[in-house]
Amino acid sequence: MFSTAILGVGVSLSVPLVTRAIIDGPVTRRELDLLVPLAFLALGLSISEVLLVWMRRWAQSRAVSDLEATLRHDLYVRLQSLPMEFHNRWQSGQLLSRVTVDLSTIRRFMGFGLLFLVINILQLVVVTILLLRLYWPLGVVVLIAAVPIIVVSLKFEKKYLAISRRVQDQQGDLATRIEESALGFRVIKAFGRREHVKKQFDDGAVKLYGTSVEKVRLASRFWTFLEVIPNLTLVIVLLLGALAVGRESITLGTLVAFITLMLSLIWPVESLGTILAMAQEAMTSADRISEILDTKSSIESGPEQLVNPRGHLRFENVSFRFSPESADVLHDINLDLAPGTTLALVGATGSGKTTLTALVPRLYDVTGGRITIDGHDVRDLDLKSLRSAVASAFDDPTLFSMSVRENITLGRPDATDADVQQALEIAQATFANDLPWGLDTRVGEQGMSLSGGQRQRLALARAVLAKPAVLVLDDTLSALDVHTEALVEEALRNVLSATTGIVVAHRASTVMLADQVALLEGGTITHVGTHAELLATVPAYRQLLAAEEEEVHA
Amino acid sequence: MTTTQQTPPPPSDDEPGSRHDAQVIDREESWRGYAEESDDELSRATTLRLKAQSRKLLGELLRPYKKMIWLLVAIVVVENAARLAVPYLVHLGIDKGIPPILAGEGNQTLITVVVAVLASALIQAFARQLFLMRAGRLGQTILLGLRRRVFDHFQRLSPSFHDRYTSGRVISRLTSDVDVIDEMLETGFDGLVTALLTLVGTAVLLLTLDVKLGLLALLSFPVLFFLTAWFRRRSQLVYRRSREAVALVIVHFVESMTGIRAVQAFRREPRNEQIFHGVNDRYREANLESFRINAIFMPSIKGVGNITIVAILAYGGWQAYHGHVTVGVLTAFLLYLRQFFEPLQDISQFYNTFLSASAALEKLSGVLNETPDVPEPKEPAKPAQHARGHLELRNVKFNYVDGVAVLPGLDLDVPAGQTLALVGTTGAGKTTIAKLVARFYDPTGGQVVLDGIDLRKLTEDDLRERVVMVTQENFLFTGTVADNIRFGKPDATMDEIVEAAKVIGAHEFIVRLPDGYETAVEKRGSRLSAGQRQLVAFARAFLADPAVLILDEATSSLDIPSERLIQRALRTILADRTAIVIAHRLSTVETADRVIVLEHGRIIEDGSPDVLITDGGHYAGLHQAWEDSLA
Repeated sequence: MFSTAILGVGVSLSVPLVTRAIIDGPVTRRELDLLVPLAFLALGLSISEVLLVWMRRWAQSRAVSDLEATLRHDLYVRLQSLPMEFHNRWQSGQLLSRVTVDLSTIRRFMGFGLLFLVINILQLVVVTILLLRLYWPLGVVVLIAAVPIIVVSLKFEKKYLAISRRVQDQQGDLATRIEESALGFRVIKAFGRREHVKKQFDDGAVKLYGTSVEKVRLASRFWTFLEVIPNLTLVIVLLLGALAVGRESITLGTLVAFITLMLSLIWPVESLGTILAMAQEAMTSADRISEILDTKSSIESGPEQLVNPRGHLRFENVSFRFSPESADVLHDINLDLAPGTTLALVGATGSGKTTLTALVPRLYDVTGGRITIDGHDVRDLDLKSLRSAVASAFDDPTLFSMSVRENITLGRPDATDADVQQALEIAQATFANDLPWGLDTRVGEQGMSLSGGQRQRLALARAVLAKPAVLVLDDTLSALDVHTEALVEEALRNVLSATTGIVVAHRASTVMLADQVALLEGGTITHVGTHAELLATVPAYRQLLAAEEEEVHA
Repeated sequence: MTTTQQTPPPPSDDEPGSRHDAQVIDREESWRGYAEESDDELSRATTLRLKAQSRKLLGELLRPYKKMIWLLVAIVVVENAARLAVPYLVHLGIDKGIPPILAGEGNQTLITVVVAVLASALIQAFARQLFLMRAGRLGQTILLGLRRRVFDHFQRLSPSFHDRYTSGRVISRLTSDVDVIDEMLETGFDGLVTALLTLVGTAVLLLTLDVKLGLLALLSFPVLFFLTAWFRRRSQLVYRRSREAVALVIVHFVESMTGIRAVQAFRREPRNEQIFHGVNDRYREANLESFRINAIFMPSIKGVGNITIVAILAYGGWQAYHGHVTVGVLTAFLLYLRQFFEPLQDISQFYNTFLSASAALEKLSGVLNETPDVPEPKEPAKPAQHARGHLELRNVKFNYVDGVAVLPGLDLDVPAGQTLALVGTTGAGKTTIAKLVARFYDPTGGQVVLDGIDLRKLTEDDLRERVVMVTQENFLFTGTVADNIRFGKPDATMDEIVEAAKVIGAHEFIVRLPDGYETAVEKRGSRLSAGQRQLVAFARAFLADPAVLILDEATSSLDIPSERLIQRALRTILADRTAIVIAHRLSTVETADRVIVLEHGRIIEDGSPDVLITDGGHYAGLHQAWEDSLA
């Protein structure tokens, strides 16, 4: 690729030399018979230059677009493997701008900027040498003119780097605002807070405007500088050159060739500004991308495989905190779930029930103690193997913009139609068959919208279909009406009899699915027993679950 | 393709379905499933309409800066005149400056010419700096205006638009499309203007310098024109494709990242990777094609340039041999042609940006041309200062999809201060009623009336001050817990916020957070549990203090003590305001003054909960089932 580029430059530079030959030969020395061969020489050179450029671009196009796609793919894979802790920390707007804006910046630079940078520098060097050889005093003038350009370019680079980084970060912040305004649209609407949100957006946009204008100012000064230097050089060259022709130190053809060559430098020098700016932006983008690629996942897959898991789940002195500085959210958790038993987890809002369940499939890692399945520490298990043994249905069911089938078979892509139907029945989600395209109907953001209850039932079907050894149900039935809930519970009873289950429960009816109940208070398990036992002996438990009746009729 | 589908039944009457005009069924890879899409394939008519719209938008964006633009044009003309003068002056230098020196008549003419070159170089530099700075600032100003406008417009559009347009596309309009325009303003605009002026200026100058040589050089113009036309046509197609492709990439990316918990828990990664590879690859192909178009276009322009230069050189050399043109003129020609063709090659680079910017502008103008389904009233009614909250539904009809009525004609009178609970199976129309009262939709027939005024006559501000809806979808914004509560009333003092949290029963958990009320909720509230988020949402609604409060499944994620607390709070909160409560939990329903049971959009039972329990009807059955579930 570069060799064709170098050849191209060489060819393009020989054209002014042919020009000199024509002016000095046929025109000045009246050698007309030289004109035709010289013209053909020029024509041949020109056409070969074009062919070289074409070859280079053609080859480059695939390389560059492949590079961009590969980088984007790698980023995506990396991001998917990074733990929840990372995703809570990073705004997805920031991630998105890396995958789109930053990558296209790099693509543009690789596809256009980088090569031009090389070609332009090459052309600068070669032309300067040619100029020195044509008439060295004038060549020296050009050489001296290069000094300020280099000095200023280097200085500019540093400043530009800082400012373009700032612009990119502010763009990311603005993207976050935009994302929230789109996702939280219904809340904004319900409260009529358009003006409020607009103001926040505006603050971000105005800040970005300020920085962008600053960037424009910096760039415009630099670009102008790059243009004015060659022109000033031309002034001197024209003066000295004409005087030299007058003294007959050089021929007229040489002066014309000299000026043509020198002016051929204007464009490369001028575009050098744009290209350097581009290079800076690409470097900033590369930095931002490597920030992600270099993030080490704190949750690494272990070496052990779980073969035919029975689902013996143990929490041994488990504690957990979100960050090293914060306090423990959970501490001294000890639980032993024999295979096939179901535990209901009961606790006040915010007591850490969801966090506790998230520790099992290692969405977070324990910060103290350990969790074992069939005697293996979950951290020693292969992630894939662990997560196929544990399936969860979350309280806020996430559906992707894909077909219902794709959404349900998330945890088990090889499920048969019969399996799918069975899961739908257990979850009381057979309504999916009646959607316009049946199970091929797209749901989620980009598809058909479903009610909260319908979404929950699909998420439940998804968890059931995974046929896990350990099933986690995190308040999965909250949006169902009493009737549907009773049906789902009846069906779930069968499923849970065969697997180890953890059920996060707010209602007595859900608790009834479990063999045992654990009460989570103050970050730890204070009581374990059957529903009836706890109801009779633990006031706090009664508080949480039983008083519904009296309150209503009070 | 099964395009013979009848109009699909509404997906769920609780949630708005898709209301598409176009019945285009999208056949993607099987994983995506089927859905109706409105804008994947654009018909010719639509394309033309979009073009006209985007031109109009451009005009609107530029109009306020007319004077500035004319000034910029003047500056750029001066700059280019100075630029174009240089080769001409070189020609003068060679033809007029050198002979006197050769003849020993001194270098007076040469000095004059050199001074002129110096002057034009300085003018050019000054004008260029001025132009770049002013144009850059103007571009950013326009961009800021565009950002504001599109953002605001999205926020003004109705929920039904957002249901159908989806947040992923809203985000990509406001980010990648606006960024593309930014890029055009930054790099493309200057290049395009300069190239155009150079084109015209060069043509004129060449003809003035020497008619025959000039005409020869101008022979290249038709070829250039043809090439550019081809390039334009191809690029436009490819660009549209690449924008569509990138939108898919963005949607898939955003969904994977927002749903990362489900992705990881269900080992979705490999399949997602596969899917992402697919959309990413399509984007790559679109990019590759645009690269290839350039790979043909740019060398072709260079080729035309080279051949023209050689032709001028040969013909000009022959003419010079015969003394018809001077060496100076020939030099000037060569310099002009170089100056002309060099930037023209790179113009394709600018043109690319220009094209993607105009494609982006088309999409943005498409959005800006959407009118809200629930428009602001032209002549707003002036409601009383203090709303009482008397709500009436008069023969209200509603259907999401034509022909399938969710509400076939509902009459309902809710006196001020009454708490009304809606009960019924999924699809009975409960949420629809809530959304009509909150004016997320307008009824297709009949009226929704608040204190004697049709909701359509109220301004958005008046309406939202009076009616607030809390749903189970309790979105939290980036910021602190206090910020999120304050969302209900932006000018609330800290005391008011704490008070609201206390009433709702959220105060206790909030003060236990690491920084209390100043704890950042992290991305979409991921730091809080679903129940806590719901409490915050409640506090927010309480702080807003509306006359009509709509609670749509707002307590579903709460545990019993919190729900109880809320119910106790609700009794006070709802005492002096009208409320519509939708809940599957009968415990919430039973705090209401009145219950109506809905079926297929019709009221089948209506009365106070105590009475309904005993009359052996539908509600009594539900109540029994619920009692049993309490065990």
